[in-house]
Amino acid sequence: MVNLWEVNETNAMIEHENLDVRTITLGISLLDCINSDLKQLNQNIYQKVTTVAKDLASVGEKIEAEFAIPIVNKRIAVTPIALIGGAACKTAEDFAEIAKTLDRAAKAVDVNLIGGYSALVSKGMTKADELLIRSIPTALCETERVCSSVNLASTKTGINMDAVRLMGEILLETAERSKDRDSVDCMKLVVFCNAPDDNPFMAGAFHGVTEADAVINIGVSGPGVVKTALEKVRGESFEVLCETIKKTAFKVTRVGQLVAQEASRLLHIPFGIIDLSLAPTPAVGDSVADILCEIGLEYAGAPGTTAALALLNDQVKKGGVMASSYVGGLSGAFIPVSEDQGMIDSVLAGAITLEKLEAMTCVCSVGLDMIAIPGDTKASSISGIIADEMALGMVNQKTTAARLIPVIGKNVGDTVEFGGLFGYAPIMPVNKFSCEDFIQRKGRIPAPIHSFKN
Amino acid sequence: MEQGADRTIITVVGRDTVGIIAKVCTYLAENQINVLDISQTIVQGFFNMMMIVDMNHAVKPFGDCSKELEKLGEEIGVMIKCQREEIFQKMHRI
Repeated sequence: MVNLWEVNETNAMIEHENLDVRTITLGISLLDCINSDLKQLNQNIYQKVTTVAKDLASVGEKIEAEFAIPIVNKRIAVTPIALIGGAACKTAEDFAEIAKTLDRAAKAVDVNLIGGYSALVSKGMTKADELLIRSIPTALCETERVCSSVNLASTKTGINMDAVRLMGEILLETAERSKDRDSVDCMKLVVFCNAPDDNPFMAGAFHGVTEADAVINIGVSGPGVVKTALEKVRGESFEVLCETIKKTAFKVTRVGQLVAQEASRLLHIPFGIIDLSLAPTPAVGDSVADILCEIGLEYAGAPGTTAALALLNDQVKKGGVMASSYVGGLSGAFIPVSEDQGMIDSVLAGAITLEKLEAMTCVCSVGLDMIAIPGDTKASSISGIIADEMALGMVNQKTTAARLIPVIGKNVGDTVEFGGLFGYAPIMPVNKFSCEDFIQRKGRIPAPIHSFKN
Repeated sequence: MEQGADRTIITVVGRDTVGIIAKVCTYLAENQINVLDISQTIVQGFFNMMMIVDMNHAVKPFGDCSKELEKLGEEIGVMIKCQREEIFQKMHRI
């Protein structure tokens, strides 16, 4: 039987340490919506999404009320639209119509974001893939809730450098289209290497083709809980440090598992995975960078940061894996800049650079996330940063991503406000030297050899 | 005591005054909610109580009881929270 002490511990995590379930993401396959007539296709998509997800928001609220655990987001991920729209869409504008349909459907079922406006082009682009990618600036500009992602590389196929080059241009165009709003549309666009099929976190969530018709994936969070637990073992050995993180991650993940099972039962949709992630928010006490400081760094970015992050990430997984029957998605510590007050402080103090962040992404999920860069950064330089991040994922057989925000009209020293959970970000400097000739080369970088590891 | 199924934990936290338990229990009795277990302490003048209750025969749905108890808490000057027991079982038991 539970006791008073345990009840108080759980409730303190919820009330004071920002323990929450970050997202219930309902993955929906749209493969059965495919039609060569664009109007019919849009109708099918709207019908399917609004039918399958009709109870998502209300079930989320019911679970929140019964367990008194906040469920911050209810979201939907669909099959990559480049696959769904290929037969019907002859132009980029046709694809953008599908984005509008997704946006309407998301509003109808009251979810705050819908992901899957995506293309998987790690080896090559079909005509439809390219049209979808070219439609991204319009699609994001003309919708509110649609998120887009493009998988540019994988360990098995290498890096599609033609797509990397194109994405540099697309990102700048997306920034330009929303320049009156600090280029915020770029927040809804992410590029991946080794993108997982079952990621519940936005902007990169899509419902992979290997998935069932519908599935529930859950993203848990709780950097504040880990930070508070570590405050109690200050100065202790690495063994004690690691054990504390593991035990805390176990507890946090168990809540996610419970919510996942309840959601699955009430929606009559199978449970997919739990994404074991430490996802920060700009709220005080909800920061991954603060955990790194608690481990012993003055600021995230100081020497030792990569090692501390590697340790944190690994212990979170070790604790979380046993707490859940199925683990997947991105699973690890997120290090977004704008969404984490500790990271923002590090940037402002000059403790962390883009290059250090890149090194950190070698040991954690997921990548260069929510990083504002000067709006006058060249497309080729953006592609260069993306290519570097893709190479890290490709060689290390892990998921990496880049969500960069070139803020038109702003430069180093300025700050951009994204609002709400997205926080604010100081503009970070980008290396000024050119990679133009490298990016202009055509074709792809071959897959790496998987032996002779050094 | 039967483990697990459909039990609810009610926590009451706040400054200690006369009649907190009486008022909460009166509400529970009026709504056919059976109290299975109570544990309570006072730390530095703060009242801290946990009740395990059975709401299977409650006359109102869970959400309504939860809101009404929260309101009752505001009247008494304490925080009352209703949660299904599984969240604690899951977190603290393997």
